Amino acid sequence: MNFSISLTVNGVRREIELDDPRVTLLDLLRERLDLTGTKKGCDRGQCGACTVLIEGRRINSCLTLAVSQDGADILTIEGIARGDQLHPVQAAFIAHDGFQCGFCTPGQVMSAIGLITEGQAGDDPERVREGMSGNLCRCGAYAGITEAVLEAQKTLANSDQRRSA
Amino acid sequence: MMNFDYVRPATVAEAVAAASEKGATYLASGTNLLDLMKGGVCHPRRLVDVTRLPGLDRVEYLADGGVRIGALVRNADLAHDAEFARAFPSVAEALLSGASAQLRNAATVGGNVLQRTRCAYFYDAPSACNKRWPGAGCDARHGENRLHAVLGWSEACIATHPSDFCVPLVALDAVVEIEGRNGRREVALEALHRLPGDTPERETSLERGDLIVALRLPAEARGFAAHARYIKVRERTSYAFAVVSAAASLRIEQGTIREARLALGGVAAKPWRARAAEQVLAGVAPDVAGFRTAARIALADAKPSGDNAFKIELAQRIVVRALTLATAGTPERVPALPASPFSSVSGSAA
Repeated sequence: MNFSISLTVNGVRREIELDDPRVTLLDLLRERLDLTGTKKGCDRGQCGACTVLIEGRRINSCLTLAVSQDGADILTIEGIARGDQLHPVQAAFIAHDGFQCGFCTPGQVMSAIGLITEGQAGDDPERVREGMSGNLCRCGAYAGITEAVLEAQKTLANSDQRRSA
Repeated sequence: MMNFDYVRPATVAEAVAAASEKGATYLASGTNLLDLMKGGVCHPRRLVDVTRLPGLDRVEYLADGGVRIGALVRNADLAHDAEFARAFPSVAEALLSGASAQLRNAATVGGNVLQRTRCAYFYDAPSACNKRWPGAGCDARHGENRLHAVLGWSEACIATHPSDFCVPLVALDAVVEIEGRNGRREVALEALHRLPGDTPERETSLERGDLIVALRLPAEARGFAAHARYIKVRERTSYAFAVVSAAASLRIEQGTIREARLALGGVAAKPWRARAAEQVLAGVAPDVAGFRTAARIALADAKPSGDNAFKIELAQRIVVRALTLATAGTPERVPALPASPFSSVSGSAA
């Protein structure tokens, strides 16, 4: 049985024919839409490498069926920079050494964008760490990640203020 | 993962009809079910996707002071609903202590209630498990079982229920609204989950086709808002299931506990309401000696199911801690480390 779904991925509407309902959103992105920036770590919702935003909310793309997301608006790591201009969270990860091998980084960055949008952590490093606990980093770059998130949050808050001024 | 038929009904009635066939299972966000399917633990023949059913994603404040939480409300949305967190702070704290931010954004409250045990032998398809295969035996009983049940277990099954959310809910007399083949009915959350006995494969009182459509908390549950905590010991500070947890809610007037509510998590196949302990707390001044007595009573029937006798002592200490912190007062905001006994909020040194 075939399933026709439509998704908006990084601002582009895609009509997709699925020949199998078992396809997760993660596998759809990587294997069928060639968006391999989103990583498959554990594939069981434990590591956060597959984090993407659906309707602006961070989720684990390995634990949702693509067919169930019919109509959704999805943002992946490929969709956050503006041309060559990095997203402030990406720039902050570089500035603060928020990674080593880089495998978890797309998930970390998407999770950080989600965290900042949720607006619950403020400038409290403890709340940032707690809010990022769904993303594991086997290299142990956590200290840099926390600093990167705190700085990116400041940068984004300032640019929001400039925009509303 | 075995293949399945996927349907997305438009109404609750259609959903119940579609799920009433043998081998059918409801799919909400799937954060637990897809994991189980990938592991070969569950292999439904049909998934009935309920995520688009209308009207089930609302939090309604009822005229009588109670609250009705639609089954599709996401854990994160409920925890961050300011009015909800103010009125039922131990529930908000429990929600925020569970899983990760990504999972809380996806997971629904209805699914949370029905999540399956995290017993490693249940998850490991080659292991003997009476839940997966009735009569197969229980490899946990003489296996790695330090995290297993100390209350209400049987020789057939020593698994625990993993939910944080359910622990304060059961303490606050939550009710589950169910739509089934014979119409709508209500069940106290305390009566929804079953202890294993000889039939651990029957985990709840739900029948085939039954769909949880809402959870309700009564107005009286608001009476504990000033002194309510959820405290949870984990093997790491965040993103881990409870080794042991406790929800303590007190109604304190003129220095006396008028009414106490107490429930434990991580100790049994269901969220464990400690009514006898509640009774000894009512009418006395809150103090540590009384809390210790209550904790002893709460765990009076506990016995190790393996290498987990430590949980009986730990649970008593967590009960005392939760009652002490509840007495100190509900924090204005959920602490940075929700439910952590190591959190640096006022009162945590007690």
